[in-house]
Amino acid sequence: MSKRVAVIDYGMGNLRSVSKAVEHVAEAGDQVLVTDDPAQILAADRVVFPGQGAARDCMAAISDHHLNQAVLEAAASKPFLGICMGLQVLMKHSEENGGTALLGLLEGEVVRFPERMECAGQRLKIPQMGWNQVEQRIDHPLWEGIPQLSRFYFVHSYYVSPNDSALVAGITEYGISFASVIARENLFATQFHPEKSADAGLRLLRNFLRWRP
Amino acid sequence: MLSKRIIPCLDVDAGRVVKGVKFIDIRDAGNPVEVARRYNEEGADEITFLDITASSDDRDTIAHVVEQVAGEVFIPLTVGGGIRTVDDVRRMLNAGADKVGINTAAVFNPQFVRQASERFGSQCIVVAIDAKQVSAPGEPLKWEIFTHGGRKPTGLDAVEWARRMTAYGAGEILLTSMDRDGTKIGFDLDLTRTISEAVEIPVIASGGVGNLQHLVDGVVEGKADAVLAASIFHFAEYSIGEAKRYMQERGVEVRL
Repeated sequence: MSKRVAVIDYGMGNLRSVSKAVEHVAEAGDQVLVTDDPAQILAADRVVFPGQGAARDCMAAISDHHLNQAVLEAAASKPFLGICMGLQVLMKHSEENGGTALLGLLEGEVVRFPERMECAGQRLKIPQMGWNQVEQRIDHPLWEGIPQLSRFYFVHSYYVSPNDSALVAGITEYGISFASVIARENLFATQFHPEKSADAGLRLLRNFLRWRP
Repeated sequence: MLSKRIIPCLDVDAGRVVKGVKFIDIRDAGNPVEVARRYNEEGADEITFLDITASSDDRDTIAHVVEQVAGEVFIPLTVGGGIRTVDDVRRMLNAGADKVGINTAAVFNPQFVRQASERFGSQCIVVAIDAKQVSAPGEPLKWEIFTHGGRKPTGLDAVEWARRMTAYGAGEILLTSMDRDGTKIGFDLDLTRTISEAVEIPVIASGGVGNLQHLVDGVVEGKADAVLAASIFHFAEYSIGEAKRYMQERGVEVRL
């Protein structure tokens, strides 16, 4: 059955990478549309919510595009994949920009990596930029066919800290151990960029398109 | 644990890869899409395109190259060379680049780095620094920023410049030693370590790689977060897979 996949466009970040990767793993007949139209987002069968940049800018852009309600509704009702800032803004509050209120779908904070982290005598840079491992903490259809501790591509200075540890579907070590993937019912959200994570990332996107929560 | 990145760099002139890329079973070694696909299959962590097109008429061709590569290679892509305005940045990102490298334009107009990072986010702004040692033997080490392929001094101290670019919103620094570029005798490790320790953002070491030990030295002694190399991969002296296995055997965390 062909599917309609909406990639939410609110002017934050490189959506072309996301839509191209989704198109690459889509089945014949699937439609991938990049849109900022709440009606189209709500009419889609599944939704990808990417995002890059600072928390305050992202929240302002979501609000300017009148997307708050559509994002929350989609995240509560259909297969929904958050990526990077598309994960972070689902939380309640971020430390970034002197404190920023977020969409508040999930209870918890977005916090910055501590200064001066070290690993094996080497200083860890902020942002974390590059390929890091994800330890899968739960069985989930989106992990299907992806080996435990596979590497994915990350670029971020902040990470999510959900109040409910049962939501954590994957963790990553970078000076500290943090929640790199959150899952709840129809919602799956990653701090890393599956669209830039070669085979493991494409597999995750393919799994998402076939997921029936 | 985060792995160290290996980044092959392709020089592109009017839409074609130049500087002799030699793969055994590739149909057209000048086709950037084929070369990028091959590097991706070998396990490259990112790919950088350096646009060396002289004529401004041909500048759109690099955008088409990026667009084609981005449609089938799903790892981060960086484009550098000739990025001078916010519009140039936007055009490359829209074509599918994940990051742009800003070099000379940053020197002549540092505010451009600030504008670009504010508009598009630090994560996509790589400031390329071409540095040359200016201290005499026996003096404390000092490096200066040069432009025009290492010919024109700017009077800017490399360490101060790196800190300033970080403050202006650079997400990463691509650091090339103009003393070592093309020599194949290894990175300038003092330069690399000095800059990498001076800034909080990741530093990519570039210039001088001639063998696989040089890559190890760049991350272990130079404290680089990533290493960029062109010729050792282009001429099929080593594959990226070989480079990664070599590094792993010497204790460097890599993505295999």
